[in-house]
Amino acid sequence: MKFVNYLKDITGIEIFPLVSLVLFVTFFIAVGWYVYKTPKKAMQGNALLPLD
Amino acid sequence: MQVEKFYYDNKIVKFFAYATILWGVVGMLAGLLAALQLIYPSLNFDFAPTTFGRVRPVHTNAVIFAFVGNGIFTGLYYSLQRLCKTRMYSDKLSWIHFWGWQTIIVAAAITLFAGFTTGKEYAELEWPIDIAITLVWLVLGYNMFATIIKRRERHLYVAVWFFIGTWVTVALLHVVNSFEMPVSFLKSYSWYAGVQDALVQWWYGHNAVAFFLTTPYLGLMYYFVPKAANRPVYSYRWSIIHFWALIFIYIWAGPHHLLYTALPEWAQSLGTVFSIMLILPSWGGMLNGLMTLRGAWDKVREEPVLKFFVVAITCYGMSTFEGPMLSLKNVNAISHFTDWTVAHVHVGALGWNGFLTFGMLYWLLPRIFNTTLYSKKLAGTHFWIGTLGIILYAVPMYWAGFQHAIMMQGFTAEGNLQSQFMDMSKAIWPLHAFRALGGALFLVGVFLMVYNFVKTLRGATLVANEAAEAAPLAKEYVPTTKNHWHSWIERRPMKMLVLSLIVVAIGGIFELIPTFLIKSNVPTIAAVKPYTPLELQGRDIYIREGCYNCHSQMVRPFRDEVARYGEYSKAGEFVYDHPFQWGSKRTGPDLAREGGKYPDSWHFNHFIKPSVITEGSVMPAYPWLFDNDIDTASTPAKINAMRTIGVPYEKGYDRIANSDLMAQAEGIRDGLAKEKLKTAANKEIIAIIAYLQRLGKDIKTVNKPATASN
Repeated sequence: MKFVNYLKDITGIEIFPLVSLVLFVTFFIAVGWYVYKTPKKAMQGNALLPLD
Repeated sequence: MQVEKFYYDNKIVKFFAYATILWGVVGMLAGLLAALQLIYPSLNFDFAPTTFGRVRPVHTNAVIFAFVGNGIFTGLYYSLQRLCKTRMYSDKLSWIHFWGWQTIIVAAAITLFAGFTTGKEYAELEWPIDIAITLVWLVLGYNMFATIIKRRERHLYVAVWFFIGTWVTVALLHVVNSFEMPVSFLKSYSWYAGVQDALVQWWYGHNAVAFFLTTPYLGLMYYFVPKAANRPVYSYRWSIIHFWALIFIYIWAGPHHLLYTALPEWAQSLGTVFSIMLILPSWGGMLNGLMTLRGAWDKVREEPVLKFFVVAITCYGMSTFEGPMLSLKNVNAISHFTDWTVAHVHVGALGWNGFLTFGMLYWLLPRIFNTTLYSKKLAGTHFWIGTLGIILYAVPMYWAGFQHAIMMQGFTAEGNLQSQFMDMSKAIWPLHAFRALGGALFLVGVFLMVYNFVKTLRGATLVANEAAEAAPLAKEYVPTTKNHWHSWIERRPMKMLVLSLIVVAIGGIFELIPTFLIKSNVPTIAAVKPYTPLELQGRDIYIREGCYNCHSQMVRPFRDEVARYGEYSKAGEFVYDHPFQWGSKRTGPDLAREGGKYPDSWHFNHFIKPSVITEGSVMPAYPWLFDNDIDTASTPAKINAMRTIGVPYEKGYDRIANSDLMAQAEGIRDGLAKEKLKTAANKEIIAIIAYLQRLGKDIKTVNKPATASN
């Protein structure tokens, strides 16, 4: 891989896994919160789609 | 509003269903042969195409891409039309997809048996087939999205999200992992080398499990379980979390296949953390599937379809609990390279994929023929034999995994290794025998299903075009109830596609980019030099014969492995390995430090008949290596291809490479002749000996093994 030579180093590699973890946890909590707040009625119709 | 009349295409569903059954039988037969070869090596037949190293890739590829692949398409073509209330967009594209996929399967089987392989597990197919897969996948995608766009149902049901997520992610994985440098029509080298190749490969390999064996089947679960139980999915809320969280996290977990290897530490930890988190969405989905049957458990007792579904979903739950456990480093130290991994994947493959497919087929095939199943009782027998088969397969393999690890890690009071590799190999022999029996039972169940279907469908006529009617979508959307936010994306398939791609790309980017961009991730070792032309040819023979299916080239930093195999492997040792050959299972010992361990004559005799040199060895004999000439005509092209992807052969070296090759080969031949072993210098056996004698030697010659570049 030739392009490796263009960017020899990035300082602070530890940030990559940390950012990823924070990103996911935020995402997961947001989706969880949203789904929890949505009234069940709003989704009932969709759940019945395969049985139509 | 005027109701429109239209017809569902059942003919394509029938063809995919038949293909699923056919390739299921073929793939499982190949698996049974491979299992028997590990207990009776004579079943390798001393014939190149039927040796374990080639049969095993045929088995894995056939089961994953032919059996499960066609299973996905059967369910997708059936459910998508009904969930979108429309016929597939184009019959022609459906048939191009069908025949294209079957042609790829046949081409794959032929090339793998013939020894054309990239040497990367589950991605063994050579570049022309890779391109064909991409094209056929695009045909499926176009047909699928065009169908979704002309739908008569505004909301996309959760099954369709899983199909969309699957399509886009498989496309991404396949393209990224298949970057390769063609040498000839059926030979290429992976664009990536060593650690990077390993990371990309297991990013792919893990997500092939995720996005080929799991997400599309979850789509099928969300459609067929409610259908068969005749009640809606337990929680639509959970399915939203299940979908987004699953596709988001799955893509990160690949590095858990490389724990304790030369992969950078942070990448290993990242893989572990995300693997543990995977329990949440996986179990949410599993419970959602099982709870759909709440209040219908009395039906489960009588309905074989539901029985298959219950065990399938339970197996999904078991393997998705086990997976995160296996990604803990201390557990992985036991499971990796042993039969535990094999047990784990087969709980998933036989239980989850196998049983969900069987349940779906039992439900669907009689319906599209407008008939009833010939014998429910026989289907029930299939269920019990299959379940017994799974247990008989999995339990001995778990046992074998632990026995392997315990025997290999044991030390005597004096501090010596307790067992030789062969002691362990012999100890797990009976367990491998039971495994073959379990696999055979599972296959017997499949034959019962085939018989049942033959009886069911004899005399019945296919409802090739099933009439249905629905109102077209109104131009303006007027919501009937107050809409929730997610319903916005459920009405927009293309945005769903883009968002899914973004969600999976995040994980891919964070996982792959740092390893590619940062040189300090792979400390260079000055003593590591490119392979000589003869060694390179030998390496290609090693790849052709599928040696990586049984031998690893990765000494982990454990006391027992260092004592048994030598200095643990460093990332910098693999910088010229296109592709990497770390392996994933040790049916035979590790070869990372094989160079210089035995004389050339040992290898020469060992390849004639391994069991004569090592009593009890299950390795096949390789008599053809003594007859075949080294393909020296390919040497210049190979050197040039390697140089293009970054291996520092000097310019013009391709022209003189063959004279170096012959000089080295003659040296080995003369050495063998001194021990009264006669062979010509241009035979393949010479090349493979040269390669094996090179393995791991580079850093033996220096005192200071690794120096980081920065």
